[in-house]
Amino acid sequence: MKALAVAIGLVSVAAAGAAAAEPPPGAAACSGCHPASSRVTSPVPRLAGMDRGAIARAMHDFRAGTRAGTVMDRIAKGFTDAEIDAIAAWFAAQR
Amino acid sequence: MKPGRRQFLKLGLSASAALFPRIARGQPAARVVVVGGGFAGASCARALRQLDPRIGVTLVEANPTFTACPFSNAVIAGLRELSAQQFGYARVAADGIAVARATATAVDPAARSVTLADGARLPYDRLVLAPGIDIRWGALPGYDEAAAREMPHAWKAGDQTLLLRQQLEAMPDGGLVVISAPANPFRCPPGPYERASLVAHYLKTNKPRSKLIVLDAKDAFSKQRLFQAAWAELYPGLLEWVPLSKGGNVTSVEPATRTLVTDFARHRAAVANVIPPQKAGHIAEAAGVADKTGWCPIDPITFESAREPGIHVIGDAAIAGAMPKSAFAANAQAKVCAAAIAKLLAGVTPSVPKLINTCYSLVAPDYGISIAGVYAPAGGQLADVPGSGGVSPATAPRATRAAEAALAEAWFGTVTGEVFG
Repeated sequence: MKALAVAIGLVSVAAAGAAAAEPPPGAAACSGCHPASSRVTSPVPRLAGMDRGAIARAMHDFRAGTRAGTVMDRIAKGFTDAEIDAIAAWFAAQR
Repeated sequence: MKPGRRQFLKLGLSASAALFPRIARGQPAARVVVVGGGFAGASCARALRQLDPRIGVTLVEANPTFTACPFSNAVIAGLRELSAQQFGYARVAADGIAVARATATAVDPAARSVTLADGARLPYDRLVLAPGIDIRWGALPGYDEAAAREMPHAWKAGDQTLLLRQQLEAMPDGGLVVISAPANPFRCPPGPYERASLVAHYLKTNKPRSKLIVLDAKDAFSKQRLFQAAWAELYPGLLEWVPLSKGGNVTSVEPATRTLVTDFARHRAAVANVIPPQKAGHIAEAAGVADKTGWCPIDPITFESAREPGIHVIGDAAIAGAMPKSAFAANAQAKVCAAAIAKLLAGVTPSVPKLINTCYSLVAPDYGISIAGVYAPAGGQLADVPGSGGVSPATAPRATRAAEAALAEAWFGTVTGEVFG
């Protein structure tokens, strides 16, 4: 019984680890245009390692229409404040 | 190492051994087979390896190189070479993915195995089908594989793309070109109209006395107002769009004379591009994951088939609700599907995803327009997130259109680099 409890504990630790590594909702799609691979060069900026506040601010400005975009103005409108924060934090933590 | 930690690890090992018996035997955590090496399949295979290198991934693909459809309309118009569309699988294999150059012919969902054309069987714990489209031969009377050699569809990039280009190049000035567009759903909703635009550009530049007619089985299409405004500006008198309500529906074709027949007229073309009705790639039907529409219903969180557990369907073959059948969508779905599979294999509930699509179309080499969308599961389907998405502005300076044309090219470089580079 004790072993089972430990086993369950381990599963939740593993799950937490997987959740930390996993991109938050929406983030995986960004690399359709923003390169993730270091082998790809593009005029569209790489997000990995970018400042968390700068990513969040850009998304908020695109969403509010105070920053001109070609597609980001339309895409940012699909994300909540919490989602933007999670995406910004995740990219900031990437290398 | 502290005794407490050692104790923990020892317990941990026995717990893992019980939960993941394969790891204890030193074998891969699980086997995932991916069928189809396009924007969906190749991306999913690589994402799986990145998420969990213990997962053994096999990618089944019949072709030694992938030929991309996005930008293939520029090849048809002589603006680009087909080689710029082609990508190998060396980098995919370098990720530790077993690339099997073979055709998958059958799936046994009960035994969880895929059968290849040579009879070999690949066992799987999870199967991903990313077969793209097949032409629905015979759905349009007169249009079969032989007819496609006279009246190319060019809706799978490769030889068909080059055939259509060669026919346009061989056509004398003053010829009639006809493109027929199918009813929804089909691969790349704005594709026929981008193609019409770039063919019109080719004709305007090289054969200005020619005429292009688009016969459409629909009354409305993607980015319609933007396309039509650009056509009026760039190709007046050259390009004519005939909607369903004006007799645009093609009811049969006669390849011997390159004639397209509607309820109202017969159009005898010098060059005829028939974009025919489509369905999910054959293996989807063979696996039993396609429904009577010919496409594959899926769970919007995991992309697992609604018909066969353990089989996931991504890309053009899937019924992905509001998401269009585009390369961008396929790539976004692949990553969500890979994350869901990694979690399912670990016994963890997958997260609710959010997906994005962006599709650029070229109306001329320096004139791009786009549509974008954001999607989330709602009511058992992938639905538009309210208030998001939409098309390029109806009025914009040519500099904006030129910037979008450049971004289209940048997108292609990025997505192909991410998936194949």
